[in-house]
Amino acid sequence: MNGAEFVPLSLPPILIGILAAIACALPGNFLVLRKQALIGDAISHVVLPGIVLAFLVTQALDAWAMLLGAGAAALFAVVMIDVIKRVSRIEVGAIMGVVFTTLFALGVLLLEQSSASSVHLDVEHALMGNLESLIWLEARGWASLLDPVALASLPTELSRLALTLVLIVVLLIIFWRPLTLSTFDEGYAESLGLPVRAISLGLVMVAALAAVTAFDAVGSIIVIAMFICPAAAARLMTDRLRSQIWWSVGFATLSASLGYVLAGYGPLWIGLDNSVSAAGMIATVSGLILALTAVLGPKRCATTT
Amino acid sequence: MAFTLTYNVALVMFGAGLLGVAAGVTGTFMFLRKRALLSDAISHATLPGLCGGFMVMVALGGSGRALEGLLLGSAVSAALGLLAVNFLKSQTRLSEDAAIGAVLSSFFGLGVVMLTVIQNMSAGRQAGLDQLLLGSTAAMLREDAEMIAIGAALVFLVGFVLHRAMTLTAFDENFARALGLNVPLIDAAAMALVLAVTVAGLKIVGLILIVALLIIPPVTARLWSNRAAYIWPIAGAIGGASGLIGAGLSSLAPDLPTGAIIVLVAAGFFLVSFLVAPARGALASAMRHRKFQRRVHRRQGLLALAQGYRILEPYTRKLLQREGYVRADGVMTERGQSAATAAQRDEARVAYLRSKPDYAEFLSRHDGLSDLSRAFTRDELAHIDTRMEAAS
Repeated sequence: MNGAEFVPLSLPPILIGILAAIACALPGNFLVLRKQALIGDAISHVVLPGIVLAFLVTQALDAWAMLLGAGAAALFAVVMIDVIKRVSRIEVGAIMGVVFTTLFALGVLLLEQSSASSVHLDVEHALMGNLESLIWLEARGWASLLDPVALASLPTELSRLALTLVLIVVLLIIFWRPLTLSTFDEGYAESLGLPVRAISLGLVMVAALAAVTAFDAVGSIIVIAMFICPAAAARLMTDRLRSQIWWSVGFATLSASLGYVLAGYGPLWIGLDNSVSAAGMIATVSGLILALTAVLGPKRCATTT
Repeated sequence: MAFTLTYNVALVMFGAGLLGVAAGVTGTFMFLRKRALLSDAISHATLPGLCGGFMVMVALGGSGRALEGLLLGSAVSAALGLLAVNFLKSQTRLSEDAAIGAVLSSFFGLGVVMLTVIQNMSAGRQAGLDQLLLGSTAAMLREDAEMIAIGAALVFLVGFVLHRAMTLTAFDENFARALGLNVPLIDAAAMALVLAVTVAGLKIVGLILIVALLIIPPVTARLWSNRAAYIWPIAGAIGGASGLIGAGLSSLAPDLPTGAIIVLVAAGFFLVSFLVAPARGALASAMRHRKFQRRVHRRQGLLALAQGYRILEPYTRKLLQREGYVRADGVMTERGQSAATAAQRDEARVAYLRSKPDYAEFLSRHDGLSDLSRAFTRDELAHIDTRMEAAS
């Protein structure tokens, strides 16, 4: 594997995968701690109808319109879940199941009925993304990383994800105190006068932002896996939130890079000639990491003292 | 676009209807046990098993599409997924939702990896497999429909036999155990039913959306009733109707995805129920809220009148006027006069009762809004009045 081959073909997808994984893992830490892990699952399902609707309205595969559509769909789903829960007083997990499956079915129907299937938009793409196709055509080798002309032709997904990740990190730093307080002791946070409901909604919106940007590049399988697996594995490594977040970033990076390499080169090593789905492999690796920490992690059991 | 009931359409509708009934009944137990989303993990976790079953059968020289093999494979991987959820939940500090999400996504990811391997193995052979994600009824054969019918009937039968034990377990695990029921066995039976529904539904609904048929009908039924004995038949009926109507609708045009239509029909049932259901519906809840609001405004308005204030708050004013307590110019009518006096007398009685700790329990019969004569007998009121007079 030399630079002339690796840099244009493998480096951008690996970087995009890592950025997407970290962007999802960061809010995932708080979702896991708040026992809201499945909100991530719900969000990544409702992204589909949002994207299809945006396509139907604009009649073009415009990335920003799709981000907006998906974000709107995620907000709609979260508000619906909350309204139905309040009015009907039924368990929130079941309500979530009702809302996200309905919206996903709506997305499938719209997709099949519209001309969207004639362009590059289909359910399989929505699930698995197209990580492998995000290549950097202008690159000639490692030297291209310093060449501004070549850098300009990097896949736009890369810069979009990088921007999203920076935004998420900045938000995390700004709202660190209220967010952690309300995560660990909502009653105490409320008594301090913190707007706990707004914080909770804000967290969900940040998760939606991560899901929507990542979804475009890597598909919803990775999004769900990255919301939950790295954060859950990190939770089994440490008691401290700060180090848990660092662990989760490490696990996310490891899953994305190892998963991509295994999917692209693994089959060749065992003598098959075709690569396998990178998105699926990344999700699998993150699950394996969680399995390892569940057996060996130093803090795998609840603290008992 | 005309609806013609061809043999194939009838077959699909019949199969989908039965599948819906089975899913509604099975889903009710998972829902009452507060495990609705565990079904999502189970159905997603079948994918690696389906692919594995296919690969093994091809390796043994078969076509890879024999249903028994796929069934066995999916049962094995769904069971592994369940074990993983249980392990994460009981042996680590992770909560159930994180365990479900982790298992769901990593098993599904593994399944997708295996799917791409199969796609590369040889074209054509895999034709059926990727349709299992979202279902496809276009090429449904008589054998498929019969298999679904038999599977659904079996699920329904097992569900019917076990439903008492299942609801008992769902409501009070310890009581069920004390009665000598084998709770883990009942749970395992419920999971097996979910698995059976998933596999039976692969052809029609597909494994991503099957969870909708397991969740939406029970939740809809729950809106209508508080009694488990009614919820599961209602859920079965809603599921069955969704399957039947959805499959019929999707035969109207060539490109309508059957699974999605069935789910949307079920969602339609949910939406209507959510709006109009008597106790838990949105309309009923809005009406309750308005009624309560009226009571508060009436009471406060009458008290203000009794103390000689003018009512400035527009809603209170309109309400009192409409109910004949005040005239258009804001002056009390005779009826208003007596109601205001009564309200004020009640208020004084309540104030007196509140000042005496001994009466706290007695006072708790009063909701703070309605006439005291609703909460206390005439004798009791007379008693309070005498005490009050003596005190002043």
